[in-house]
Amino acid sequence: PKFASLFSLILSISYNLNKARVQFCNREAATGPMKLFVSEGNPHCLKVLAALEVTGVHCGVQYISHEEKVVPFLSRPSFPALLLPSGQHLFSSNAICRYFFEVNGQESNDVSNQWLEWETIVLQPVLHQALHMAVVQGKGSEVSRVLQSPLNFLDQSLSKGSMPHLTGESVSVADVILWAALYPVLSDSSLFVRAWFDHLAAMHSCQSAAQKVLQGKAMKNYMQKQSVPQSFQCRDTQPSNSSPAEEGERAVSEEEMEAATLTWRKGLTSCSLATERQHPLLPEEGKRNILLTSALPYVNNVPHLGNIIGCVLSADVFSRYGRLRGWNLLFVCGTDEYGTATENKAREEGLTPQQICDKYHAVHSSIYKWFQIDFDFFGRTTTEKQTEIAQDIFWRLHKNGFLVEDTVEQLRCENCQRFLADRFVEGTCPHCSYPEARGDQCDKCGRLINAVELREPQCKVCRQTPIIRSSKHLFLDLPKLERQLEQWLEKSTSTGDWTANAKQITRSWIRDGLKPRCITRDLQWGTPVPHPDFKEKVFYVWFDAPIGYLSITASYTNEWDKWWKNPQQVELYNFMAKDNVPFHSVVFPCSLLGAQDNYTLVNHLVATEYLNYEDTKFSKSRGVGVFGDMAKDTGIPSDVWRFYLLYVRPEGQDSAFSWADMALKNNSELLNNLGNFINRAGMFVTKFFEGCVPEMDLQREEKKLLAVVGWELQQYIQLMDKVRIRDALKHILNISRHGNQYIQVNEPWKKIKGGESDRRRAGTVTGVSVNIACLLSVMLFPYMPLVSQTIRDQLNAPQSCIGTMLQGTGTFVCALSAGHRIGTVSPLFQKLETDQIEALKKRFGGQQKPAQSSVSAPAAPGAEVKVVGGVDPEKAEQLTKAVAEQGEKVRALKAQKAEKDVIAAEVSKLLELKKHLALAEGKNAAPAPQTGKKKK
Amino acid sequence: MGGASTFQPITLVSDWRSSPSVTNMALRELASLEKYLGLRKPNKYSTQGDKKTPVLQNNAAPPLLGLVTIACHLVKEAKRPELLGDSAESRAVVQQWLEYRVTKVDNCSKEDIKIILKDLNLYLHDRVFLAGNRFTVADVLMYYGLHPLIVDLTVQEKEQFTNVSRWFDHIQHHPGVRHHLPPVAVLRNRIYTSRHH
Repeated sequence: PKFASLFSLILSISYNLNKARVQFCNREAATGPMKLFVSEGNPHCLKVLAALEVTGVHCGVQYISHEEKVVPFLSRPSFPALLLPSGQHLFSSNAICRYFFEVNGQESNDVSNQWLEWETIVLQPVLHQALHMAVVQGKGSEVSRVLQSPLNFLDQSLSKGSMPHLTGESVSVADVILWAALYPVLSDSSLFVRAWFDHLAAMHSCQSAAQKVLQGKAMKNYMQKQSVPQSFQCRDTQPSNSSPAEEGERAVSEEEMEAATLTWRKGLTSCSLATERQHPLLPEEGKRNILLTSALPYVNNVPHLGNIIGCVLSADVFSRYGRLRGWNLLFVCGTDEYGTATENKAREEGLTPQQICDKYHAVHSSIYKWFQIDFDFFGRTTTEKQTEIAQDIFWRLHKNGFLVEDTVEQLRCENCQRFLADRFVEGTCPHCSYPEARGDQCDKCGRLINAVELREPQCKVCRQTPIIRSSKHLFLDLPKLERQLEQWLEKSTSTGDWTANAKQITRSWIRDGLKPRCITRDLQWGTPVPHPDFKEKVFYVWFDAPIGYLSITASYTNEWDKWWKNPQQVELYNFMAKDNVPFHSVVFPCSLLGAQDNYTLVNHLVATEYLNYEDTKFSKSRGVGVFGDMAKDTGIPSDVWRFYLLYVRPEGQDSAFSWADMALKNNSELLNNLGNFINRAGMFVTKFFEGCVPEMDLQREEKKLLAVVGWELQQYIQLMDKVRIRDALKHILNISRHGNQYIQVNEPWKKIKGGESDRRRAGTVTGVSVNIACLLSVMLFPYMPLVSQTIRDQLNAPQSCIGTMLQGTGTFVCALSAGHRIGTVSPLFQKLETDQIEALKKRFGGQQKPAQSSVSAPAAPGAEVKVVGGVDPEKAEQLTKAVAEQGEKVRALKAQKAEKDVIAAEVSKLLELKKHLALAEGKNAAPAPQTGKKKK
Repeated sequence: MGGASTFQPITLVSDWRSSPSVTNMALRELASLEKYLGLRKPNKYSTQGDKKTPVLQNNAAPPLLGLVTIACHLVKEAKRPELLGDSAESRAVVQQWLEYRVTKVDNCSKEDIKIILKDLNLYLHDRVFLAGNRFTVADVLMYYGLHPLIVDLTVQEKEQFTNVSRWFDHIQHHPGVRHHLPPVAVLRNRIYTSRHH
């Protein structure tokens, strides 16, 4: 068949089992050719290939597509399959393995039978679920939780026996089957069945078998075609919202219960965190000093939710968490303000670049403030410090010989007296002859274009034909720094927490070979190049912008170099979306390495994937998606926005924002799970115990619960330490699920009406529950700071609980002891109703702007994001103002006798604004004949 | 938790749930198998975990867990190794159907039933027993496992899966096998000759 890459390989005997090989030539092997059918990516096929190699049985192997039927009597394709010499088919992977071993003289016994049965009945269903999570859903972190119980069992069995293998001294069929079954999930984890697992993995036969079927994406392809594991089917595809009853198959040992009880009794420690930060924060001896940056948002636009989750929100959660952990942490960020895009925007809005920056810097600040992003300092790149530091780095690179000169051909508009950045040129596409191709890309055929290749190029501003001019530029000599870079990368990626995508993108950049990169531009709006031969030029943004981290820190404190030239004491975390990775992992480190001034280089590079909007992309021009400034207009609290964005944080894979899902998560997780538990716990104290925490007499059930909650807390801390923000959130929700179940089972509302011992029981359940609520408030703090504080206010919790709970590996102590008086309890969350959500979905679903204004036309300041379905008085008012301002400007230019084209450009802007005003006022504006406008 | 006795480790959750006590089918099967094999001294059994996995208690050796594992052990104990297959091939086939019984037949869904019967019907088209021409323990356990499915079939359905019905009837009349199960009536002659009923 066409898809089967037919190659039947005769396997060499790769592993000697200390068994006489003669035996495999038994009578059956002689009667007919045996053939093993496997399909790529199918984890079960690994078992049989490994068994085949280990036993050295001679058998042809054929690779076949998943969809093909081999076993004649089975109605569904089933792999692996073995055609026996007699012409019969075996379709069970374990039976095939047994057969190979038996042919090789090793018959199975009771012990191996038992392992095989355990594998099929207990391990496989769990494994199927785990693989589905890891491979299809990309939730690798859940795997260890799901597999905990069977792995514990395996581990205990291995540790009890004195033998290195499952059934004795040598490798048996059980070892191979279990090894192969666990291979996909264990090969990159650090679990304790390790010694046994590694031993088998080191066997050449096992390795080569794994390479044959499970390489690359094969398993993902296979898994995606498999049925969804049963325990999944009723669930959402988003991170699990199942109850612990389904997933908490975790055994709690006596030791764990005792340890948890001891911790609980410790109570609050007196050492409390300094709640007030003393600015300026500087590195301190003996502390973990963390410098944390989030990618500088570009100033010329309003950030959308994807931007927010990708950098500032993720960094904020981690910095809040770090402060709770007692780290000495500085979180800086700011707006990236230089560059073509700003000049462009300034032209569009009829403002100066500086005015644009001022305006949008304020927009960004207020959005982040609303999202409660707690920067230590939020600065900007258009400062004196930026010039000073960028020029210093430049001169150092120059002095050290890492800059090279070259000439570049560029389009220059003689009329406007300037070189044209790619976005300022339009012309006919050299590939498809589309007449309105941009200088960097053709919108019709999508090909990338070098601006000088455009046919009939036009300056976008004045419509004159630009000329090709060569211009001298400076390049950073990346190839010369490559070795140094690689050495540093090797160390940083192996010791720090780099996300997988960050490592992978970096690797591919290095693999493709580094080329010199131009660091200068013929623009005005930028940091001036100080070299006399390159006057009139500015630094290219990619060189300039990351230096913003340093200059922004310098704007915060004069002692900025204690952070930035101190790699011995400081750990640097960079947060960003994946598109920004190469600049932070390759280009900027090269600048700093070449400058040779003992700079602090990134230790942990945390990159998110993309967040889509209802399965499409956020698009400003199409009005699709929610932008930062609109979130507050929805009436949904900032904390709920934060929660949902973090819940769907594109961690490990792209994810999507969906209104319906947001409502679902709000109603199921926040309202019914978390809020419900905390509220019930508090209400019981208020209603049944006059607002005072009752005596708690811990029974076995409580001790178990403490151990379970303690374990979830530990997981939370482990994940957070590794910046697995989304995964850690699940453990908070697990705790409240455990709590709800605990209350549900014990029914304190009934017991309180019972006899003395029942009432005591009600007291214990209430007291333990309200203490769990207190723990939850601390764990929630990084995610939902306001809700977190509200809970502690309602419980009147001592401030010291914040510092205590997240110490070490997590310490769940009794923070509210018997007799503690709580405050007034009230509900924390509100339901999101379907019609409310439908309305929001409609509002942000792409019809935000009428067709006319969705053209990339100049919009009035601040008005572009408003809904314009017909008459919009608010917008009209803003536009009236903008028209007046623009009119002023045109008059001023005329008075100054400015250049004709500059005036013409401003006049066209004014006309455009007037047209928009007419629309907003409900008048029917005749479409102005605009030659310079792009069609959509 | 004690070692090999934790086939399904005891979980916090299972403590919180109250699982209704049902008569354990697997234990009844094992008792019937013991009788069929003519084992004089009945073994001691218990069950474990949510799934009520059977456990064979043994004074001399560690306990054995799992229906198939115990069944194979009993066959060996009765010194009837031919019931596990008389060649490497047939032993693999027997193990395969034993596995099929506990993974596919047990706890199968309504749609699965049809597929199982259809596949088996095709498989048994040219076979007397599951492992070819000899009766094995695979036939016994598959018979026990399929019994609740076959009982619910209508006469037409039984006709549709004629090979399965023939095999099933054959096994239930095999001396000493049926024991704890009621006989199922299987008509050997077709009543319905076309499918539109």
